[in-house]
Amino acid sequence: MIKTDVVIIGAGPTGLFCAHQLGIIGLKCEIVDNLDKIGGQCIELYPDKPIYDIPAVPKCTGEELTNNLIEQIKPFNFNFHLSDRVQELKNENNKWLVKTLNGKEFETPNIVIAGGVGSFEPRKFPTKSAEKYDGKSVLYSIKDKTIFKDKSVVIFGGGDSALDWAIELSNSSKVTLVHRRDEFRGAPASVKKIKELSDNKTINLITKYSIKDVKGNGLLESVEIKSESGESKVIKANYVLGFFGLIMQLGPIAEWGLNLNKKTIPVNTENFETNKRGIFAIGDICTYPGKLKLILSGFHEGALAARGCFKYARPNEKYRFEFTTASSTIKDRLGVKE
Amino acid sequence: MAKIKYIEFNGTEHEADVANGLSVMEGAIQNDIPGIDADCGGGMSCATCHVYINDDEWFKKLPEKEMGEDDMLDQAFEPKSNSRLSCQLIISDDLDGLTVHMPEKQV
Repeated sequence: MIKTDVVIIGAGPTGLFCAHQLGIIGLKCEIVDNLDKIGGQCIELYPDKPIYDIPAVPKCTGEELTNNLIEQIKPFNFNFHLSDRVQELKNENNKWLVKTLNGKEFETPNIVIAGGVGSFEPRKFPTKSAEKYDGKSVLYSIKDKTIFKDKSVVIFGGGDSALDWAIELSNSSKVTLVHRRDEFRGAPASVKKIKELSDNKTINLITKYSIKDVKGNGLLESVEIKSESGESKVIKANYVLGFFGLIMQLGPIAEWGLNLNKKTIPVNTENFETNKRGIFAIGDICTYPGKLKLILSGFHEGALAARGCFKYARPNEKYRFEFTTASSTIKDRLGVKE
Repeated sequence: MAKIKYIEFNGTEHEADVANGLSVMEGAIQNDIPGIDADCGGGMSCATCHVYINDDEWFKKLPEKEMGEDDMLDQAFEPKSNSRLSCQLIISDDLDGLTVHMPEKQV
């Protein structure tokens, strides 16, 4: 059990700057993100795209912004828990007990949700019947490739993950690759390799088809695919793999008893607290009259939420407003020498 | 300015006058028309503003897909050959009268 002043959910720019503000006012925090890297949407969706509306920064990319924010909070040595997701919250005597997917536990008076538009999860097959086999024979990522040895594997997708796995698994499994169009978005070398493997019949390549149904009786037996004009085919399958990239889902946040407005969480604009005491929401995931989904708004929201956290983390102390230019306490926290 | 008709999956129709230079996606968001999520805000990074152009004549008349749009559409829900990302359809007078159909869902 890790005891801390604040658990921040989401390591995007808003979560990072909130961490900075917590550090400045002398609070500790732990940051959880389900991506394997720091930066949130800025890193996952548009690392190379220039952003033009960060105050006093005429132009920077998502990656540069992230790197600068990481640099800015370095003095505080906060812990990041990446590739993990906050799963469960329980309130005990005004403390939140937080559990993650990987089994980490935190005790904290404050939680700041800086979750953007939710957590990134693999996009799944739209077919209802696939749910029954989810995690068993219908998979969206591969942990142990030995399970596919000598099996029939049907892979869906046209990007690098789909192509790379089709190539890799074709050594020891009977692979069918299905993609909705003739072109692939994977690396040219992989596309070339796939065409070779298809020409020499090592893999079965089917384009302009998508999934219609999966069939089986407890165990997966086959997958039915359809073309846009309605033709269908049935392919024998022990495993079906889907590689359609990531989508953003609200995930477990929806189950914590917070008021929700579509995919956003209403907050007050004094300290960005939600309807639950000690749970704050900032950045794209929060909503209030006049809300702008700008990074700069997320910074402001994080600064105020940090002060909101102070009240619960240090109930017997009075928060004093200080400037970083003048305060020696803050300079100590930042480790700057005069 | 162009009049754009948005038809939800359940058949509900919406019409909006959208100013030149905005995208079909922005036209929907600014007029509170449901069915287009636009999670990434128009960066061609998420495939949640996916629409179908059912009229073949219109489909051909639209600005051509840029590199990357088809790659993103691969990740959309039920993409078809008449799929477009509405964030990539920039309004001009030429688009007056365009009808877009929304998919059953965006993710």
